[in-house]
Amino acid sequence: MSNLNTATVEKYRNNFLREVEANVEEGHWVKMCMQCGVCSGSCPLGPHWDHPPQKIFMMIRAGKRDEVLGSSSMWMCTSCYNCIARCPRELPITHIMHGLAHYAKRLGLAPKNQPTKKFAQIFWDSLSKKGRVNELKLGLSLYFMNGFAEGVKTSLKMQKVGMGMLKTKRMDPLEIVGGHGCKDKKGLQAILKKAREIEDAKAAKFQQA
Amino acid sequence: MADKKLGAYICKGCGIGDRLDAGQLAMIAKKEGKVGFAKQHDFLCNSDGVKMIQADIDAGEVNHLVVAACSRRAKSDAFNFENVAISRANLREGVIWVRPDTDDAEETTQEMAEDYIRMACAEVKYMNLPAPSEEQGLVRHVLVVGGGVTGLNAALEIAKAGYLATIVEKNGALGGAAAQFHKRIPNRAPFADPQDSGIADLIEQVESNNKITVHLNATVTKTSGAPGRFSADISQESGSTVTDNFGSIIQASGFKPYDATKLPEFSYGKSPDIVDQLGLEALAKQANGGAIKRPSDGKEVKSVVFVQCAGQRSDKEGHLSYCSGHCCLTSTKQAMYFKDANPDVDAMVLYTELRMPGAGGEDFYRSGQNKGVTFTKGIASEVVPNGGSLTVKFKDLILDEEVNYDADLVVLATGMVPNSGVNIEAVPAENEDKKDDAEAKAEVVATVPVESILNLDYRQGADLPQLVNGFTDSHFICFPYETRRTGIYAAGPVRRPMDMTQATEDATGAALKAIQALENAALGRAAHPRSGDLSFPSFRKEGCTQCKRCTVECPFGAINEDEQRYPLFNEARCRRCGTCMGACPVRVISFENYSVETVGQAIKAVEVPEEDEEKPRILVLACENDAYPALDMAGMNRMEYSAFVRIAPVRCLGSVNTIWVTDALNNGFDGIILMGCKKGDDYQCHFVKGSELAHTRMSKIDDTLKQLQLETERVQTYEIAITDIQRVPQIINDMAETIEKIGMSPLKF
Repeated sequence: MSNLNTATVEKYRNNFLREVEANVEEGHWVKMCMQCGVCSGSCPLGPHWDHPPQKIFMMIRAGKRDEVLGSSSMWMCTSCYNCIARCPRELPITHIMHGLAHYAKRLGLAPKNQPTKKFAQIFWDSLSKKGRVNELKLGLSLYFMNGFAEGVKTSLKMQKVGMGMLKTKRMDPLEIVGGHGCKDKKGLQAILKKAREIEDAKAAKFQQA
Repeated sequence: MADKKLGAYICKGCGIGDRLDAGQLAMIAKKEGKVGFAKQHDFLCNSDGVKMIQADIDAGEVNHLVVAACSRRAKSDAFNFENVAISRANLREGVIWVRPDTDDAEETTQEMAEDYIRMACAEVKYMNLPAPSEEQGLVRHVLVVGGGVTGLNAALEIAKAGYLATIVEKNGALGGAAAQFHKRIPNRAPFADPQDSGIADLIEQVESNNKITVHLNATVTKTSGAPGRFSADISQESGSTVTDNFGSIIQASGFKPYDATKLPEFSYGKSPDIVDQLGLEALAKQANGGAIKRPSDGKEVKSVVFVQCAGQRSDKEGHLSYCSGHCCLTSTKQAMYFKDANPDVDAMVLYTELRMPGAGGEDFYRSGQNKGVTFTKGIASEVVPNGGSLTVKFKDLILDEEVNYDADLVVLATGMVPNSGVNIEAVPAENEDKKDDAEAKAEVVATVPVESILNLDYRQGADLPQLVNGFTDSHFICFPYETRRTGIYAAGPVRRPMDMTQATEDATGAALKAIQALENAALGRAAHPRSGDLSFPSFRKEGCTQCKRCTVECPFGAINEDEQRYPLFNEARCRRCGTCMGACPVRVISFENYSVETVGQAIKAVEVPEEDEEKPRILVLACENDAYPALDMAGMNRMEYSAFVRIAPVRCLGSVNTIWVTDALNNGFDGIILMGCKKGDDYQCHFVKGSELAHTRMSKIDDTLKQLQLETERVQTYEIAITDIQRVPQIINDMAETIEKIGMSPLKF
C-alpha cells in the first residue's frame, strides 16, 4: 500500500463516498445515482464486468473501498458513451469510470495484470518519450505484454498482416530503431515534468492534511 | 296530474328517412302505440323541428312525447322540454347505424325500428312528471368532522364560498397530525428543502373567521337526517351537548400511525432510539434546527437509518398491504433535518421501491441525494439494540448481500391507518359467527373499532361504509370525496393515504361537493351522479310486505324504517339508481318517470314473431352509464349486430327487477343479456353496489329458468366498460348464435 493510500484511508475512515467526491474526477456525481440500472443495461461490455456502473456506485456508497478501487470494471470501459447518453439523471458515467480507474492507479490499488491498464501504461510510456506514439513498438510490446512465448505466437499469427502493411508502405520497419518524435521534444518533457510536480505537490499537501 | 296527451315525433334526418319507412312507423305509433298523433319531420333537432314540438306543447296538444330519432344520449339539449315526459326511440345509433344497408336486411331493420317505436310509446304512457318533495330547505351550513389540515382547509374553503362551517375536533387543539410536524414536505418550487408547515397560520385563519365555529374536545354523538336537513349532536368532553342543523357533512377524521409495536423484529419500544416518523418529528421539533439528539442518552445523532415500508406493502398477517404514499417523501424530509443541521451525519434511507409522488417529488429526491442522504435499496430484516447503538440488519438488493449496519437512531416508516370509525359491514359477519363459534365471534369483536366517528342514526350503521383496508368507500378516480352516504363527503387520509398537499386539495374538492349537495337538496334534486334529477322513489304501502330488502340493499343508506317498520325513503339521500325498485319482490317501489311498469311495458310492447318465422328476439337491459354509451358508440363506428336484439336502457343494473326477465321470457324472448358496470373492489358502477347486487340476483335466475323449462344460457349477465365498443356487438352476436344452436324459446304464444 502506497503512502498516499494509507493517508486517504485514515482521513475518510468509512466514508468512501466523500473520498470519491473529493478526489475522483466527476466524483461528486456518484451520490446522484438513483440505481435505475439503465447504464448497466446499456453497456455493450456489461456482461463482462465484475461490477456494472450501477453496482460500482452502490458499492461506493456502501463504503466498499478496496473492492471498488481493486475492481477491473472501470478498466473495461471502451468510452462508447452509451451510459452517458442514456442516464436519466445525466451522470457523466464514462468520465467517472475513467476517474475511478485513474484514482485507483494513483493509489496503486488497480488490479495487477489488468490488460487495459498495462496497455495504457505502454501507450503512455511510448507517447511521453518522444511526443508521438511509435506504432511499431507499441504493437510489438503489446504482443509481448504477456511474456515472450505468447509474443512470438501472436507475432506469427499477425505475420500476414504485417507483410501486407509493409508492402503497402503502411509500416516502416526502421521505426524499431528509435523512430521519429515531435518537433520540440524538450519542451514537451518540460511540460510533463511540470505537470508531475504539480500533482506531487498536491499529493504531498494531501498527506500532510 | 292532468290528462296524459301522447304524441310521437319521427325524425327522418341522418338517413333515417332513407333507410326506414317513416310512414309505417307513424302508423304503428298511432295504431299500436295509441299516441294522439305522429308527426314526421325531415330534421327534427333543428330549430324548426324543436319549434314545432314546443308549439304543440304550448298549445296543450301533447304532454307525453315520443321522440323517435337518435339515441337518448344525443341531442339532449335540443330535445330538452320542460314539464313534459319524454321517451326516445333510438332509430339512429340503435337501428340504421348497426344494420347493413342491403335489400336483405331491410325487412328486419324496419322491424327493429317498429319495435323501438312500440317500446317508446309504452314507456311514455306509464311515465309521470316528477316533482320535488320539498322535504328540506336551504341550510347553508356544513359540518366538518376533524380539525386537521384537511378539516381546516375544508372549513376555510366553505367560509370563503360564503357558507357557514362548524369544525368538531376530538383533541384540545386544532392542527391534527400536521401540528406535530417540525416541517413539511415542500409544496412549492424548487422543492429542495423542508418547508414550514404553515399550520399555525392556518389555525389562525380559521379562528379569526367569523363564519367558522370550532368545537374542541368534542365529538359527534349523533347524526340524523339527510342532506339539507342533517341534525348533529356535538358533545363536549365536559358533557354538554349542542345540537345544530347542517346542509351537508365533511368527514376529515384523518389517520393514526400504524402501531409499530406490532413489528417485534424492529424492536420498537425496546429501545427509545427506535422511533416512528411522528416520533422523529417530535425529536426534530425539540432540536428546532440544531443537532438532533438520541432519546436514550442525549448524544448527538451521528448516523441514522430510515426503514421504509415498515409493516406496510406486506402481505404478512397484521401488516398493512398498501403503500401509504407519503413515507418516502417524509423520510427524505426527515433525513434532511439531519443533513441540514450537520452534513457529516450519515443518513441512510433503506427502501425497496422509492416512491416520490407529486409534482415536486423527484426534485425533492434529487435534493436529498444532493445533500448527501444515502439511498440504499434493501430490505431490513431486524433492528438489534446492542448497548448504546443499534444494528440494522438488511439485505442490500443491489449488491446482493447481507449487511449489518450500526446506527445511533432508527426511524421506522410505518403507514397510515384511517380513522374511519365502525366498519358497519363487519357487523353482519359477526352475527353469522355467533351461530357456529363463540371464540371466532370474540375475535371479530376485537378487530372492530368501537368508536364511531359520525354516530349516524341510519338503519344501515353508524359510519360511512368502507371499501378496502378500512378506508371509506369513495371512488378514488371517478368520484373522489363521494361516499355511500349522500351529503357526507370524505376527505384526506380517511379516504386514502396521502400527504399534506393532497389533503389540502381533497379539502377543497370535498368543500365544493358539500356545497353542491346542500344546494341540490334545497331544490329537491339528486346529487351525483344523476345530478339535477327530480324523480324520487315512492312505494305502495298496501302492497309492502316489510321484507326490508330495499333498506338493506340501498347502497346509500337512503332508506330508514318508520315506527311501523315500513321503509322510510329519504329523498335527499337518494341517488335515484333504482336499486330498491330492482330489489322489491312485490314491485311496489317506483319512480314517477322510471318504474317496473315503464320498462316492463316497453318490454311487453315488443312484437315477438311466431316460432316458425325463425326471428328470435333478444332483450338487452343495458346500464345507461356505461353499457348504453358503449352500444351507441358501436353504432357510431357502424359495427353491425343482430337485428333480433331490442335494447332497453336502465338507470343501473341494480334497478333491474327480476320480473322483467321473467316477463320477457314468458313473452317469448329467446335470450336476455344484462349489461352492467364492473363490480368488486375496483368497481366502476356509478351506484357502487348496483351492478354487484344485480349479478347476485341474476345468479339465482337459473332456478326460474329451469322452472320454465328453459336453457340457462338464455340469460347472461356481463360487466361492460364504456370502452367495450368492440365487445358489446360481439356479445349480442354470440347470444344470437347461441339461440341458433339451442333453438327458439318454446314460450311463444
